[in-house]
Amino acid sequence: MSSVAKKPSTGASGGSGRERAIDIVNRRLAKRYRVEKRFRFYGLCSIIASVVFLAVLLTSIVGNGYTAFFQTYIKLDVALDATMLDRADPGGSDYQGIIKKSINKLYPEVEDRRSKRELYALFSSGAAFQLRNTVMENPDLIGTTVTLWVPADDDVDMLMKGHIKRDVPESGRRLSDKQLGWIDRLAVEDRIEKRFNVTFFTAGDSREPELSGIWGAVKGSFFTLLITLVLSFPIGLAAAVYLEEFAPKNLATDFIEVNINNLAAVPSIVFGLLGLAVFLNFFGMPRSTPLVGGLVLTLMTLPTIIIASRAALKAVPPSIREAALGVGSSKMQMVSSHVLPLALPGMLTGTIIGMAQALGETAPLLMIGMVAFIVDVPGGFTDPAAVMPVQIYLWADSPERAFLERTSAAIMVLLAFLILMNATAVVMRKRFEKRW
Amino acid sequence: MQEVLKKKSAEKRILAPRESRKTIGNINVQNPRMVCRNVDVYYDDKQAIRNVSIDIGRNEVLSMIGPSGCGKSTFLRCLNRMNDTIDSCRVTGEILFDGKDIYDSSIDVVPLRAQIGMVFQKPNPFPKSIYENVGWAPKIHGLVESKAETDELVESTLQKAGLWNEVKDRLDQPGTGLSGGQQQRLCIARAIAVSPEVILMDEPCSALDPIATAKIEDLIDELREQYTIVIVTHSMQQASRVSQRTAFFHLGDLIEVGTTENIFTKPSHQLTEDYITGRYG
Repeated sequence: MSSVAKKPSTGASGGSGRERAIDIVNRRLAKRYRVEKRFRFYGLCSIIASVVFLAVLLTSIVGNGYTAFFQTYIKLDVALDATMLDRADPGGSDYQGIIKKSINKLYPEVEDRRSKRELYALFSSGAAFQLRNTVMENPDLIGTTVTLWVPADDDVDMLMKGHIKRDVPESGRRLSDKQLGWIDRLAVEDRIEKRFNVTFFTAGDSREPELSGIWGAVKGSFFTLLITLVLSFPIGLAAAVYLEEFAPKNLATDFIEVNINNLAAVPSIVFGLLGLAVFLNFFGMPRSTPLVGGLVLTLMTLPTIIIASRAALKAVPPSIREAALGVGSSKMQMVSSHVLPLALPGMLTGTIIGMAQALGETAPLLMIGMVAFIVDVPGGFTDPAAVMPVQIYLWADSPERAFLERTSAAIMVLLAFLILMNATAVVMRKRFEKRW
Repeated sequence: MQEVLKKKSAEKRILAPRESRKTIGNINVQNPRMVCRNVDVYYDDKQAIRNVSIDIGRNEVLSMIGPSGCGKSTFLRCLNRMNDTIDSCRVTGEILFDGKDIYDSSIDVVPLRAQIGMVFQKPNPFPKSIYENVGWAPKIHGLVESKAETDELVESTLQKAGLWNEVKDRLDQPGTGLSGGQQQRLCIARAIAVSPEVILMDEPCSALDPIATAKIEDLIDELREQYTIVIVTHSMQQASRVSQRTAFFHLGDLIEVGTTENIFTKPSHQLTEDYITGRYG
């Protein structure tokens, strides 16, 4: 074919036996377009496949999780008998007893001990705490009767949400026929209803699903990421600027570069082990705390930030550097006035990608004890805390059916934060990316 | 012009043979601004400039011509140590400015480049406003203190660069939004804003159209009264229009130096003659 192509006729008529170049071009044209069409088809297919997978993932998470945002509550009339409550010290009273008494009043026909225990099991142990808080807030209530909506036990909640089937034999479900009867009576009396689950957004972890919440983990993640950001952004930025703009190009810097790239690919659990050995065992820092978690995640995030920042610095055209040096600016003035402003959007994007990675990281935090069961919402950097991905891991590991939906709900909260961070990245890039 | 040149070269002049690599012509000037002696430049092991010696006079325009890759830009970038940014680049010999070797370890490149400014081949204004493009360098050198001083300097500098009337209403607009010729004049304004002694220009008009080129050439002519200008150019017409002296480079050697008139009318080296008559290059 090339022999033909070499002697295209110059005449408009085409000439005898000679092929014009345009005919050769035209013959191949269809094939060229076919290749392009095929590629576009493949591209479209992969996009559709990813969208379908994403949709399946999100539907399954939302489908499983949205019920966790509602919780079954039971209306209970509690007589705050002055004889059972000490006005001077209302905190020390037997609230569990008061609750049990109120329940007995609701079902006077239940008398034997076994049945009573089954009856009490319908109510969450959180009811007593709720009552105590109510009385502590307003001691004047003593002597009166208050109407409280107390959380139901997670089994009742599961029944109300349809996760416990009534048609399976009694031995195969977690609620007995007797308990079902009591619940039905509550429903008839309008004493049971599903309400928005405030506890989930205000509480820490708990053994009882109905008392557990994500807030402790959210705060833990916040403190941990704050440490990570405050440490890794300036350190990563300084390292990237030094390596890119100031360091001599020699064997030592090549060695450092190879190592940084390697560190970015090291499994995160290795950083956890390092944190365990250095921060906990050597420096004796408190375990399970956001402080140590943040330090470990800083180590893990630094390579990502350095690599992204160096790429952003490399993308700044050398002509800008020459222009600045040409008028006699020092290297520092060149970097701070001209190079950094141009590289900043890329650096910020890299940082936020690194932070999002850190937000979703579990393995290294297991090593430094952040997997512990922590009920209290952390108040600072040195309080024991859980983080969101670890909380998800812990709940996914729990046998109770009610923790299943909370796992999905926690994933939704985590995803919401990730979307928020990535959206911030986009907005920041748009804002700083003032291309002149 | 070529006809004339051919006729002149046909006159009985004895030209140095092509093989001769020694510099022909008078490299010295009276009261020079810069003195270069035996300058060699290497990129790693490759020698880019061989034993170049030349004086650069005061208030003159020296043009450097030669075929691509002859080392004229490399040599120009040696004069304010812009080659420092290239790691593999090594310079030997001496380049004296105010009687001091600029490659001496006691010389600081920051003040040196403030005295020897540079204009690059492609217009490269800072991605900032026109005002900042001109005002930034004086500010970092401490030449201006107040906002009023900066305003005044920006205005006078832009006027010197012949750009004031075109941009006075949009000083806060980005410098990169100007046309190519305006951008290059902005770059010249940026260079003269710090009142340098010498301005190095590396093919400043290669990316511009003839009208913009003419404006820059006029500007160079005016600036000569206050500054020393060294210009690298590929255009022989430009060299003959703007410069008083011309240096011809070939493959790393300085082949011939002389007044522009002599170089273009009575070259003494066969290579120079070949080049200016368009036989190669």
